[in-house]
Amino acid sequence: MELNGNVPDGPVNEKWDRRKSELKLVNPANKRKFTIIVVGTGLAGGSASASLAELGYNVKTFCIQDSPRRAHSIAAQGGINAAKNYPNDGDSVWRLFYDTVKGGDFRAREGNVYRLAQVSNAIIDHCVAQGVPFAREYGGLLANRSFGGAQVSRTFYARGQTGQQLLLGCYSALMRQVAAKKVTLFPRREMLELVMVDGKARGIVARNLITGEIESHEAHAVVLATGGYGNVFYLSTNAMASNVTAAWRCHKKGAFFANPCFTQIHPTCIPVHGDSQSKLTLMSESLRNDGRVWVPKNKGDKRAPSDIPESERDYYLERKYPSFGNLVPRDVASRNAKAVCDEGRGVGATGLAVYLDFADAIKRDGKDTIAKKYGNLFAMYEKITAQDPYQVPMMIYPAIHYTMGGLWVDYNLMSTVDGLFVIGEANFSDHGANRLGASALMQGLADGYFVLPYTIGGYLGQGGLGEVSTGHQAFVDAAKQARDQTDRLLSIRGKRTVDDFHRELGKLMWDNCGMGRTDEGLAAAKERIPQIRAEFWESVRVPGEGLDLNASLEKAGRVADFLEFAELMVDDALARRESCGGHFNEAFQTPENEALRDDENFCHVAAWEYKGENAPEERHQEPLTFENVKLSQRSYK
Amino acid sequence: MSRTINLTLLVWRQGKQSPKGSFETFQARDIDTDSSFLEMLDTVNEKISLNGGEPIAFDHDCREGICGACGAMVNGRAHGHEKGTTLCQLHMRHFNDGDTVVIEPWRARAFKVIKDLVVDRSALDKIMAAGGYISVNTGGAQDANSLPVPADDAEKAMDAAQCIGCGACVAACPNASAMLFVSAKISHLALLPQGRPEAARRALAMVREMDACGFGNCGNERECEAECPKEISIINIARLNREFIKSSLI
Repeated sequence: MELNGNVPDGPVNEKWDRRKSELKLVNPANKRKFTIIVVGTGLAGGSASASLAELGYNVKTFCIQDSPRRAHSIAAQGGINAAKNYPNDGDSVWRLFYDTVKGGDFRAREGNVYRLAQVSNAIIDHCVAQGVPFAREYGGLLANRSFGGAQVSRTFYARGQTGQQLLLGCYSALMRQVAAKKVTLFPRREMLELVMVDGKARGIVARNLITGEIESHEAHAVVLATGGYGNVFYLSTNAMASNVTAAWRCHKKGAFFANPCFTQIHPTCIPVHGDSQSKLTLMSESLRNDGRVWVPKNKGDKRAPSDIPESERDYYLERKYPSFGNLVPRDVASRNAKAVCDEGRGVGATGLAVYLDFADAIKRDGKDTIAKKYGNLFAMYEKITAQDPYQVPMMIYPAIHYTMGGLWVDYNLMSTVDGLFVIGEANFSDHGANRLGASALMQGLADGYFVLPYTIGGYLGQGGLGEVSTGHQAFVDAAKQARDQTDRLLSIRGKRTVDDFHRELGKLMWDNCGMGRTDEGLAAAKERIPQIRAEFWESVRVPGEGLDLNASLEKAGRVADFLEFAELMVDDALARRESCGGHFNEAFQTPENEALRDDENFCHVAAWEYKGENAPEERHQEPLTFENVKLSQRSYK
Repeated sequence: MSRTINLTLLVWRQGKQSPKGSFETFQARDIDTDSSFLEMLDTVNEKISLNGGEPIAFDHDCREGICGACGAMVNGRAHGHEKGTTLCQLHMRHFNDGDTVVIEPWRARAFKVIKDLVVDRSALDKIMAAGGYISVNTGGAQDANSLPVPADDAEKAMDAAQCIGCGACVAACPNASAMLFVSAKISHLALLPQGRPEAARRALAMVREMDACGFGNCGNERECEAECPKEISIINIARLNREFIKSSLI
């Protein structure tokens, strides 16, 4: 089946206006008759909940944390892009659009990306109006900095805590609507099932994480804003509770999953320290503005960095990519770090690290200037590693950070299930095969503040949504399904902990479906995953009981879904006979080791349809047509 | 350099099995000093699970010191003894082999213990709902640069805005006051021109809600400032008092 992205006709810069004029409206008096469920309170879910409530809809908002303010958007450090062109350096909506399509290695929809660039400026305006304390110049105007994959300074930032400040902006807007009684908040809830009535998404089943009770909630539409699936790798920069469960359960109810193999490896994370490590910590990409990446020229050089003279250092990014230097996109920076470490030139105890050196920047700008820009990041680094980056170079290594794949959505952000909308990282739509830095915050807020509030009205305005209650058989069945899984997990009482299985899966995925993929590795993973899954259901040990706060039980459900989802990721990676962006199959590379695309056969979105337990999924295609950007080999030289 | 240490843990256990709560002793063996406090608890929990017990419940999420989910009293100090550090960023290299470590939940009238180290902090959300925002709907904002903000004001606002809402200030305060939390939000918004129109209403509403939630008042003990993982200054409490007094006069 060929999927239709439902992108409006006409010139790319008129598409969004055209769609807005076509969409049906819901009059203010009728809005209050509609209830919308939003799952997740990161930038996408938080902004959507607040904006929908401001319009007059009744919103029920769910989050897994104890407060909506803690969603993992909060950890985003570097910044948010917009095409304001305040620095007068030649930026424009067109250039942001172009950079994003190119940065995504030409695997995103032109129409979506153009819209994203168009609304980017309104996001900054709105966030400033909310009181987000962006960095400012002494004249009082907003400051910008540059970021990987762009040659203009278009990134707005709030020290190294941009995600936190944007999320607190959304959260305060959300709490204002809670006070206005337009949003009902359901914290410490985990969505376990999507409920469909007459082929449409009409509610969810969620577990109350305090009491353990299974609760049912009805609505006229469901919005999923549950983030990415990076924790399939066990070690990632995601929060501990980030998971694929909500998206996966929707997938099993008919929502196609698009491009699951498009995962982003972030080049600047703190290297792994040992076996007890539970997660990885990112050091913002903004550090590459001033830090210089290098390794020793000679293999196995174990001298302290200060003892290695300039002539024996290899600033490999500056050498290979003179025009972008240390600011090449993330996938390129990550692959190059892996390559030098594979050559035996990695540094640190494990040899799996490269230096990010600020000595030259401190000499040039002074310690104070560097501290003002990156002080909190340096402090964080020192806390974790007990080394002072003002004195010695940081050590960094790539780690899983973001997932470009996600549930397939059309231009209106609706999935293949009527009434199920997917926003933010949870959908697949705007970043293609590689996301540029400072674009995730932009996309989450674009979807929640400025796209979904229009498109969901178009859906609700069509009518045909009768009332349903949670007494409906579909709710009863979904709740039973959720309870049965809980009972089954608790009854196994095996010998291995949930984390033990998660670690095994994660290592398998990192080794075989991570930064450098091979057909043999992928095939080996495909063989092993079902075995781990079988072992999990035979011998996992989940202590405690169902009707109580039980973190092991929560994790067990998430790992059970990762064990199914991982196989789809591998299938997707095997089926895409090319390299592009974050998907790098070593069989497909240029003589200079860059990703080699196959535009003739793979210039499409792969969207997978669930076909039942133990049945292979069906791969559908949505062709990508480029009318405005010429497909080219990405070059950052 | 990395090494391993052994610790004795005295952990507060409370929940369905033990509604009143009590301390339980655990041995934490071969703890890598490069691991974090929460990773140490993970290691202990793995062992408890395999031995048929119930793991220690604690809140945590980002594990990089920014979400504010984690927190416990460690040897009587909120988030432990390292300055400006959340529990997830407290590393085991700051402990010695053979130490006994007492771990308790935040204790405050407004924070009910849910289970073990997990407490209910929803009162902080209630205070935010009472007025911790600028009333602006999505759409229609003017160009961001049409409202210049002096860089120093923006910096001060940012200093205050860094609050992660973890509740350490409340747990550290002898009066279980949430003044530092409230003052951080009041200051952040009052320092910016966008926040001025509602400043008076905001100060009144948030302070009233804080009182209604059962938090105490400020006694100038400065424990909050000492324990805040984001090192938020009590200068903010002075600003809060100023805004509050001004609002009472209007």
